[in-house]
Amino acid sequence: MPKGILGRKVGMTQLFDERGHIVPVTIIHTGPNVVVRRRTKEQDGYTALQLGLGEVKERRVSKPVLGQFAKANVAPTKILREIRTEDVSGYEVGQKIGAEIFEPGDMVSVTGRSKGKGFQGGIRRHGFSRGPMSHGSKYHRGPGSLSPRDGARVFKGRKLPGHQGAVRVTVRGLSVVKVDAEKSLLILKGAVPGPKGGLVVVREIILARREKV
Amino acid sequence: MDVIKVLEAQQMKAELPKFNPGDTVRVAFKVVEGGRERIQPFEGTVLRRKGSGIAETFTVRRVTYGIGVERTFPIHSPRLEGVEVLREADTRQARLYYLRERSGKAARVKEKRKQYVKG
Repeated sequence: MPKGILGRKVGMTQLFDERGHIVPVTIIHTGPNVVVRRRTKEQDGYTALQLGLGEVKERRVSKPVLGQFAKANVAPTKILREIRTEDVSGYEVGQKIGAEIFEPGDMVSVTGRSKGKGFQGGIRRHGFSRGPMSHGSKYHRGPGSLSPRDGARVFKGRKLPGHQGAVRVTVRGLSVVKVDAEKSLLILKGAVPGPKGGLVVVREIILARREKV
Repeated sequence: MDVIKVLEAQQMKAELPKFNPGDTVRVAFKVVEGGRERIQPFEGTVLRRKGSGIAETFTVRRVTYGIGVERTFPIHSPRLEGVEVLREADTRQARLYYLRERSGKAARVKEKRKQYVKG
């Protein structure tokens, strides 16, 4: 049974592990998720799980979407997302799933929308080097040359200043430190994209084990 | 109470050792050596307390064989057994970084004068 869940980032803190070492952790509130629909190969051409998170007033939802909830016989949810999985068996439409599907030690990936940084220069956005700030230099934080002399144009994909952040980001290889099913909290080791309160999708991953040399 | 505070509270110590910057303390810190646990004492002057909540730490400085050694301990660490205050100090600063540039007699801090209760 593949594991995946929608949640909201609560914030970060630190905890001590059993050796007394400090572990940086992110807390994720997983609400209860409800299975709204199962996508199957025969019916839809692909397999996925459609999950809902949060409550919403019925009049806030458009009629076509409301119909989908009615078909599943569940209350409308604020967020409706599909999680692609190979196997949807083990999940029933209308079933509530929470943090308890994960266990400490599980490896997960977390997808979210990163914090928007606005229009940023090349140094912050792409890690460009800066020029000397003094000694008569008038070249401080510019992008430098845009192309070779005989390039005669700017090549596509040239890294330049521009808008940074507010894009979909997936972080892989985080581990589950603790699960609090009662409060539906998931505690992961490491940082997660997005602001506090931002929507995140937590999925279990199987990391290829590196051979020992 | 918010979720993060509840989670932190589970690992925070209910009773903290009371000490201030400048105090001379003996810190009992558990170390694991070859699978065996023992308590390693560290004695010196508290330079600072930093951070708040579960992330609070303090730094202790001592000079051994002419070499200054500073160690920073998380105050809520389960490996921190206890802090014994050997000498209380009266300081004007909260961060005693100036002690690093001093040695010998100059690197002392004023002792706190005992307050006598009337009667």
